[in-house]
Amino acid sequence: MGYTIAEKILLAHTDKTDIHPGDFIEAKIDLALGNDITAPFAIQEFKKSGVRRVFNNKKIVLVPDHFAPAKDLKSANQCRILADFAKEQKIENYFEVGCMGIEHALLPEKGLVLPGDLVIGADSHTCTYGALGSFATGVGSTDLARAFIDGKCWFKVPQTFKFIYNGKLNKWVGGKDLILYTIGQIGVDGALEKVMEFRGTIIKKLSMDDRFAMSNMAIEAGGVTGIIEPDEITFDFVKRVHSQKFIVHSKKLRTTNYELRTLKSDPDAYYDKIYEYDVSKLEPLVACPHLPSNVKPASKLGNIALDQVVIGSCTNGRISDLRLAAKILKGKKIKPGLRLIVIPATQKIYLEAVKEGLAEIFIQAGGVFSTPTCGPCLGGHMGILAEGERCLATTNRNFIGRMGSPKSEVYLTSPAVAAASAIKGRITHPDLL
Amino acid sequence: MIIKGKVHKFGNDINTDDIITAKYLVSTDEKELGRHCMENIAGDFASIVNKGDIIVAGKNFGCGSSREHAPRALKGCGISAVVARSFAGIFFRNSINVGLPFLQLEEVDKIKEGDLLEIDLTGGIIKNLSTGQTYKTEPFPQFLQEITKQGGLMNYIKKRCIK
Repeated sequence: MGYTIAEKILLAHTDKTDIHPGDFIEAKIDLALGNDITAPFAIQEFKKSGVRRVFNNKKIVLVPDHFAPAKDLKSANQCRILADFAKEQKIENYFEVGCMGIEHALLPEKGLVLPGDLVIGADSHTCTYGALGSFATGVGSTDLARAFIDGKCWFKVPQTFKFIYNGKLNKWVGGKDLILYTIGQIGVDGALEKVMEFRGTIIKKLSMDDRFAMSNMAIEAGGVTGIIEPDEITFDFVKRVHSQKFIVHSKKLRTTNYELRTLKSDPDAYYDKIYEYDVSKLEPLVACPHLPSNVKPASKLGNIALDQVVIGSCTNGRISDLRLAAKILKGKKIKPGLRLIVIPATQKIYLEAVKEGLAEIFIQAGGVFSTPTCGPCLGGHMGILAEGERCLATTNRNFIGRMGSPKSEVYLTSPAVAAASAIKGRITHPDLL
Repeated sequence: MIIKGKVHKFGNDINTDDIITAKYLVSTDEKELGRHCMENIAGDFASIVNKGDIIVAGKNFGCGSSREHAPRALKGCGISAVVARSFAGIFFRNSINVGLPFLQLEEVDKIKEGDLLEIDLTGGIIKNLSTGQTYKTEPFPQFLQEITKQGGLMNYIKKRCIK
């Protein structure tokens, strides 16, 4: 029996000659990532171990993005721990405020993740890089500490579910809607401990930004990662961002002799479940409180009045997301009394948005344009909700109290619906503006 | 390894924002985290937990974020083990790594708030001392038992890798 792409990548990072779902393996990782709320534990454990130097200071990435720029004294102390450790260990991929961005938008932009890589991150949305054809998964701080020591991580080899998307995409429907639809279909544990492999004619035509949005939310269905076989769209993106010449089709994976051009699932690979969707009738969607699986069409939620709209995050804070929102908001004003908070995910995206006049559109509409940060997504800063308030956000999680008061509500959606809704002050399908 | 304690019962999809809200992710102190455990959904939880108590919950326990603060907050407030119908993947590995014992059990609906449980981790046996019922479940795989026996991942690595 053949292997899925996920199995191939895991196998290539071990010394084994074969691999089966259910096996416990210890694999060599290509990259280990931490942020200002997860790396402090990892650094603490690393120091307690007595080991003096990290295994490879080029394979560690530290990004203060969650509560940074530091929102209070304790957060400042946590950010300081990262900065001091990066200096001590000469970690070149440490991104201080001014260079930093939301990690899962920043790393692909910097060309730090390649197809076929095995990436661990002490952040659940590390699965985002599955869009680049890597095996990228969220782990805990202690896993990160261990990786600091010997560059390895233990895994239980997961089974793979295949998700095939065919048909055509309607106007305004993109990667965020595809993944919300999927989570709505299978539930928040529908892919528990499985690799979600996204396939089909729709996926082949999706932009990288839409692919990132999809893979980003694999964890919201319990997925270990959300992987898309690398193709010409992937290689074009990587060639543009990678600092060294990236030779396609003959390149070996970084840590192994595995051939990149064979980085696809074998035709006879085993899938534990296969879901096939015709998305031709899909409309823009919204996940209602308090689970990402509580999905309804935006057009049916027009009675939901809003206090705040957030456009940003590792899910939808990229330039195409901002362009789409700006297209809808251009020349319009948001509902008086509503707060629109737009957060580009990286400094590069921020500058592009300024140069293209998008920042001006958001501000003229009555919104705010913020420095990159995870901020409100996890109830950190830059837009916390008071008791009784409701926010529509392009983020990825809407559990109770996620963005502030346990008596507030978060609805999740795409940038297009978010922008249209900011104008009306209630959840709005862009065609109904 | 045998664990005995009083049950605190929770439902399905208890997530990491429930277990420890983001605003407390500025501490690495387990006792401090423990003081705020389950604050959003069961406000007085930390004050009513006695050391050694056990959480019994439905499916997908610990879903959401990778925050290791979650199993640490549970340990910090005195929880000695979690029994659930299923566990979210990152919470699963975090609990192994920090040494919070847990077991999967299908029949969680038969266990009630306040019951007294006795758990045999190695054998995978759960005894409800309040009802007299005994349940057999899958014990931990050997590899994970090794890590748990050493008290967590860092101790395990120290013994094996650090020279």
